[in-house]
Amino acid sequence: MWESLARIFALIRKELLAMLKDPRARWSIIVPPVLQCLIFGYAATYDLNNVPYAVLDQNHSFASRDLLARFDGSRVFERVADLRCAADIARVIDNRDALLVIQVPQDFERDLLLGKPASVQLIADGRNSNTAGVAQAYAGAIVDAFNADWRSQHGMAGPPIDIASRAWFNSNLETRWNMIPSLIGTITLIQTMMLAAMSIAREREQGTFDQLLVTPFRPLEIMAGKAVPSMIIGTIQATNILLVAQLWFRIPFQGSFVVLYAGLVLFLLAAVGIGIFVSSIAATMQQAMLYSFLLIMPFSLLSGLTTPITNMPESLQILTFANPLRYAITIAQRVYLEGVGIGTLVPNLWPMAIIATVTLGAATWMFRHRVA
Amino acid sequence: MTRDDFTAKLRRILALMRKESFQIVRDPSSIALGVVMPVVLILLFGYGLSLDVKNVPVAVVIENPAPLATDAAAGFLLSPYFDAHIMTSMKDAEKLMLERKVDGIVRLRSNFSRDLSLGDAQAQILVHGADANRARIIEAYAQGAMAQWAARRQAQGESVAGGPVGVVSRLWFNEANDSHYFLVPGLMVLVMTLIGAFLTTMVVAREWERGTLEALFVTPMRTDEFLLGKTLPYFLLGMIGLGLCFLASRFMFGVPFRGSIWLFAGISTLYLMIALGIGLLISSAVKSQFVASQLTMVVTFLPAMMLSGFIFDLRSMPAAVRAITYLLPARYFVALLQTVFLAGNVWSVVLPDTAILAAMVIVLLVLSRRVTRKKLA
Repeated sequence: MWESLARIFALIRKELLAMLKDPRARWSIIVPPVLQCLIFGYAATYDLNNVPYAVLDQNHSFASRDLLARFDGSRVFERVADLRCAADIARVIDNRDALLVIQVPQDFERDLLLGKPASVQLIADGRNSNTAGVAQAYAGAIVDAFNADWRSQHGMAGPPIDIASRAWFNSNLETRWNMIPSLIGTITLIQTMMLAAMSIAREREQGTFDQLLVTPFRPLEIMAGKAVPSMIIGTIQATNILLVAQLWFRIPFQGSFVVLYAGLVLFLLAAVGIGIFVSSIAATMQQAMLYSFLLIMPFSLLSGLTTPITNMPESLQILTFANPLRYAITIAQRVYLEGVGIGTLVPNLWPMAIIATVTLGAATWMFRHRVA
Repeated sequence: MTRDDFTAKLRRILALMRKESFQIVRDPSSIALGVVMPVVLILLFGYGLSLDVKNVPVAVVIENPAPLATDAAAGFLLSPYFDAHIMTSMKDAEKLMLERKVDGIVRLRSNFSRDLSLGDAQAQILVHGADANRARIIEAYAQGAMAQWAARRQAQGESVAGGPVGVVSRLWFNEANDSHYFLVPGLMVLVMTLIGAFLTTMVVAREWERGTLEALFVTPMRTDEFLLGKTLPYFLLGMIGLGLCFLASRFMFGVPFRGSIWLFAGISTLYLMIALGIGLLISSAVKSQFVASQLTMVVTFLPAMMLSGFIFDLRSMPAAVRAITYLLPARYFVALLQTVFLAGNVWSVVLPDTAILAAMVIVLLVLSRRVTRKKLA
């Protein structure tokens, strides 16, 4: 027993040395995750805070100026052009000068004063329909505020239904708050899976795997010696990202670190298991790398990171049950933002344990049978 | 150069291309990346991913089942955007939301019907903010559903006033408001980046690592011949991937194509050359498969996904991050693709962006030629 542990420990040491002896490899394990976390923290957002818009004011009245002043006064909209005729709309939209054009028709103020429904037209560049939809929703909110003030100033009855909205867990609805906790899983998955996938493929390509097999190591010990170093590095990376989230982005942490790390260790075990399994199939490092990449893509796309899982068709939703990242993101978000305890997370924990058992078991089997 | 020289040159290039093509065809992993990957991505993006909100589970809480309140709730039952569960207790609804069985709660208090006949009712909308983007869309749709219901009552002659100013929204280029229209063309950027940069990096770094590249340098092969012979097969592989994406976007997802096909082919060629150039450059610079692949991920693939305007809008990024995006070829390629597909040949976008891509091609070609040659000595 102790001998076995000593052997595993020796192998872990050797693996860590192999991974970290090259200064460029050290760099590529520590710096990119933190850099990615920083950049994506700023870049990966569906929130808009800089919407260039153009105005076609055909009314030039007190009311139209009041409405447009509200757009200028918001910190979201930035006026880039005043248009003279409807033909100009196409120009500013086509050129991407403006994301949104607000057209105020000639009889805007007259209709308003007569109590007839007046209308403004919002034309958005739909090349990215998601962005356009968000911008239109912002503009709609500004028009709503204008309506409310106009009513009270002109002694009209308030709107029949007053809608009060509130968001739980993320009251300002900042994308960053759900994006960064999700990155803890996503970024570590990419690196740990690739590290694990390279570990055996590298030995095989360099011919040292056969040497390893003639040593007293048993397959399970080789497995542990290969899995643990990748997991150690994964844990370090996850911690770095967690630090960025707390110290740089200052996203309030609601849950318990013990729960988060418990989930994380299980997730890393599953990720490393998949990586080692890929490694046991691949003949070369190139194959190991490309195959694991081929898996990482669907893993990250079907995880709920960029698009919600509930939007996916049934068949794909079933596939996501085999995706460890799906559980890691759920756990990270729920622990981080909602502060749930380990009891609530059980449905997200056992699938990862199954993934780890299956992949590691299959890889051990592959070891034994590729040797012969 | 005499004619013989030229044929010898051509023969050398063809020989290398032949060897490279064999390598591609015989290694299942390159075929997987070149052909299987685009198909998988097309299917995932086409059928799996959607930013459009549909069938959102919401709880509609009616604390007092008066006719007016149930009528308002029916608006949610009929809406294609919501999968509404009608319940009577706010506690139950909150429990469902905590378990994330529903993404939002619409609450009509017990005095809703009475207040509405007095002209001053209140409805409360709660959304689960863990996915901020989705939450905002749900919020807007829920407000829209309430407003629609109010308008319907007004049309029936009930005294429910609409707003003084109505908004008429129009979405140009994507009238159907279908997120596939920009996701599927954006996919081409990912596929080209993967095949161009990622695959080339792996292949060339491997030759460096094993020392077979130095063996190649003692042959009469010249640097430009080497670059040409080495990259052309991967260029063709990239073009196959692009063709697959294009066919899928047109015939499977009906994404409109409003520009010129030649322009599309031209800019794609430029971008693929850039991706290949970056791949060559990185692999020659680091010469280790692991480091090269990590570097390629950080320099090409992740930016192409996150910083290109493909999914996330560039205008929302802070100035410092936006400044970085100007250095990324993917940024220009995404803008060009979205324009050529959805808006048509808008020369004021096409010309400057194409010029920048062309300039990047030249710089990368010169650089990779220099890096490869320097190692010869």
